[in-house]
Amino acid sequence: MAENMTLDYKFLKELTESFGPSGNEKQVAALIRAYAENFVDSSETDTLGNLILSKNGAGNKDQAAGKKKIMIAAHMDEVGLIVTYIDRHGYLYFSPVGGIKEAELPGRRVMFGSGLKGVVARERKKNEQGKPMGKCFIDIGVNGEEKAREKVKEGDMAVLSGEFVETESHIIAKALDNRVGCFIALQVLKNYQGEHDLYVVFTVQEEVGARGAKTAAFEIEPDLALIIDTTISYDTPKEEYRTAANKGVAIKAMDRTIIVSPKIKQWMTDTAQRHGIPYQCEVISAGGTDSGPVHLTKGGIATGGLAVPVRYLHTASEVAAKADIEAAYALLSELVKNPPEI
Amino acid sequence: MYLKELCELNGISGNEKPVRDFIVEHLKQQVDEYKIDKIGNLIVRKQSSDGLAGDTETKRAPVVLLAAHMDEVGLLITEITGEGFLKFATVGGIDPQILISKTVLCGNNIPGVIGCKAIHLQKREERKQTLSINDLYIDIGAGSKEEAEKNVKIGDYVAFASEFAEFGSGLFKAKAFDDRAGCAIIMEIMADRYPCSLVGAFTVQEEVGLRGSKVVSNYVQADLAIIIEATAARDTTEKREEEWVVELGKGPACSLMDALTIYKPELIARISDLAREKGIPLQFRRGTAAANDAGNLHLAGSGIPSITLSIPCRNIHSMNSLISKQDYENCLALVRLILNKCHTLI
Repeated sequence: MAENMTLDYKFLKELTESFGPSGNEKQVAALIRAYAENFVDSSETDTLGNLILSKNGAGNKDQAAGKKKIMIAAHMDEVGLIVTYIDRHGYLYFSPVGGIKEAELPGRRVMFGSGLKGVVARERKKNEQGKPMGKCFIDIGVNGEEKAREKVKEGDMAVLSGEFVETESHIIAKALDNRVGCFIALQVLKNYQGEHDLYVVFTVQEEVGARGAKTAAFEIEPDLALIIDTTISYDTPKEEYRTAANKGVAIKAMDRTIIVSPKIKQWMTDTAQRHGIPYQCEVISAGGTDSGPVHLTKGGIATGGLAVPVRYLHTASEVAAKADIEAAYALLSELVKNPPEI
Repeated sequence: MYLKELCELNGISGNEKPVRDFIVEHLKQQVDEYKIDKIGNLIVRKQSSDGLAGDTETKRAPVVLLAAHMDEVGLLITEITGEGFLKFATVGGIDPQILISKTVLCGNNIPGVIGCKAIHLQKREERKQTLSINDLYIDIGAGSKEEAEKNVKIGDYVAFASEFAEFGSGLFKAKAFDDRAGCAIIMEIMADRYPCSLVGAFTVQEEVGLRGSKVVSNYVQADLAIIIEATAARDTTEKREEEWVVELGKGPACSLMDALTIYKPELIARISDLAREKGIPLQFRRGTAAANDAGNLHLAGSGIPSITLSIPCRNIHSMNSLISKQDYENCLALVRLILNKCHTLI
């Protein structure tokens, strides 16, 4: 790699530990805003809750003279649970928020925005084959509905709890999807000294259908958008190798919601090669990220996607390789310095 | 109250004209302006009580968008058989089981009955299975294909034949409460002026995928959107209360999250406080499935803070839906309250 890219992961720890299920991203936004206060030229929050930070470029003020608006988007939200019913014992019934598998929840600790903790359990009901079929609920350790209502109400959301662990080569944490993207985007913005205006949008509600990115792109109307997110790592035992941890930053070619233009893809891979940054190509037939709605905004916006491969996505213990995080940081930093002619 | 007349009009998705004409007829004297867009949405506007338009830059009144869809679910004729029976497709979500032996109105108000094989003629195996749309047909009493073709043609809409009635203790029975109840509430609201400018959006084609509101979201701007809907009550057959979604008689239901929208927690908290202060019953919609026009409207332009208030409805998407008169009135009262207090909400 071009430079020594050792990143300080302390802030990533804070980011992953903060609370931000889709539609409730305020705590994450506040953390990012405070961190960036001294190095941005503007900071605003839009109607949906997207946090938009920007740095003016050093180049000519005239857009016609070649100064571009570049937007980086990273979603702040994480998957979670929403309370829909509180029973007379004080147990909380819920629906999932985003792609979270109910079957994997029993036994997991969860955390509410207020700091309240609970554990997910399942009704003992079994079907004829003896498989559990009862509904899951959250036990917050209270005696009865009234006590529960002092702490929580319908509509409150919870996220999975998980400790942040840093090993020599990897990070284990909850919500790496996509606080790692927020972390990378923020480091790029911090160190950015390019010609063009750089907007970094920390978007809301990606996990439920990339909703925040739609209104943010409409408002900013950038010349170029780069989305930094996570993707599935297929390097665990008995899995076919596709995108995988420790193989570099993933450059998006296609998913269910976008086909990245060959020109953008070429520019991204050329940049990675020129700077000796390890990269891999991401093609997935399911799922999508903020790049979907963004590239279809207004008259269409040139859009590329980068991702950090993460194992065990949408669980309390997501695992990412530091080398990939550093590669993503290095590539994104280079890309915003030299955008292509569009 | 416009509810009876609205429910008895037929306006299946894509064919909302009778409903739109009725609304225009009754509102044109009461609103400041109205327009019908290219897909058929009706947009009415009414300035605030202090005369401030919502779109002037200086001293601007807040703009509140009220939205309800005009369309209802129904059927569409796809084939006329050699015997003169009509095969059909559903428009919007309809359970085939509710259709059997029901009366309908085809095309230009030609009465028909939905038929299927009688239980006497069904084989033992057939009796165990549920019938699909393909097993059903509409009988308009025509003796032949030629005779049927004199009265109906392929592509004609088929509506449920059902009259509005008061029912039991304080219930209403009719087809199409979803979402004529919402239309009726917005019509009543438009009779008065409020401290905010009002935009009323009566949308088309909600039942087939929120299509009308997609177009509205391309041009409308507002500081707050209130989507008024009917929602499926599940307070009868499920034994366990935690599986109920909403209950009749407990007030309008405020959505927390559905398949396309997460409603702002701060806004919901303020509205439920407001309802509590004024003693208006309000319940939360405990299911998170399904969606409504809020899915498009809350993402309009750079975003519109949105809430959905729904009237609980039993047997929704059928010819005999039931709602509570009190829920209707409480929903209307809550919308009025929100409009009068909108300065504190935005």
